[in-house]
Amino acid sequence: MAIPQSHLLILSLVLLTIGVVGVLVRRNVIIILMSIELILNAANLNFVAYSGHWQNLTGQIWGVFNITIAAAEVAVGLAIVIALFRNRETVNVDEMNLMKW
Amino acid sequence: MDWGLAIFYFFAALAVVGGVMMITRKNAVHAAVYLVLTFVSVAAIYIILGAEFLFAVQVLVYAGGIMVLFLFVIMLVNLEEPRRFSGGRLRLMTSAVVTLLLFGMLARLFARSDGGHAPIVAAPAAEGNLQLVGALLFTDYLLPFEVVSVLLLVAMIGAIVLGRPRA
Repeated sequence: MAIPQSHLLILSLVLLTIGVVGVLVRRNVIIILMSIELILNAANLNFVAYSGHWQNLTGQIWGVFNITIAAAEVAVGLAIVIALFRNRETVNVDEMNLMKW
Repeated sequence: MDWGLAIFYFFAALAVVGGVMMITRKNAVHAAVYLVLTFVSVAAIYIILGAEFLFAVQVLVYAGGIMVLFLFVIMLVNLEEPRRFSGGRLRLMTSAVVTLLLFGMLARLFARSDGGHAPIVAAPAAEGNLQLVGALLFTDYLLPFEVVSVLLLVAMIGAIVLGRPRA
């Protein structure tokens, strides 16, 4: 039982591309954050794929770190969304054009 | 047809469908639910690849913690997205070209890689995946582990400071 390595890489590539399209096309900042999560997940899948390929657990360790960083990023990102919403009443990234007011 | 391979393709298709539905839904709650589908499918692929610890972390942290956080914020700020795309034709074209270029370059790179097979990682009889990962985390990767814990603390404090109402 073996999965072709290239199929795993292509799956992670497709997930990455979907995430990039989401970041570029959507204007809702929450959906953009979700797309970034999808990109991080695609990277993680790549780590695990190569971990299996080389029979080495280092890839899985970095997968754990990747998930931790994703959690930290989401916590800060959503806090920024709430702070912005409190001030500007919007989740549309086109209207988020000031660093300070 | 190999059953392991068939299960892999099933979950791979499910992950891609979840991702596509996520970026095309107008309702943010629907998008979040489709993202959960993708996360769970990817977690199933981790199981097929023998990464049981990452499977557990993925389900607990992503499908559990992160998605609850997302849904919570969606409930707090729920607003309709005014237009699907506001950048005009030029920006849409640029986005499409950049994305296609990225996809093409990486696909070419991956297609040219040695094309071996990822064997289903068979855990040694004495130790499971969790034991091996845990041992590595607390020996070779102790310093990154501690640094990441500090990062989490910083993120937590940052989120509290940012989310606090302004006095």
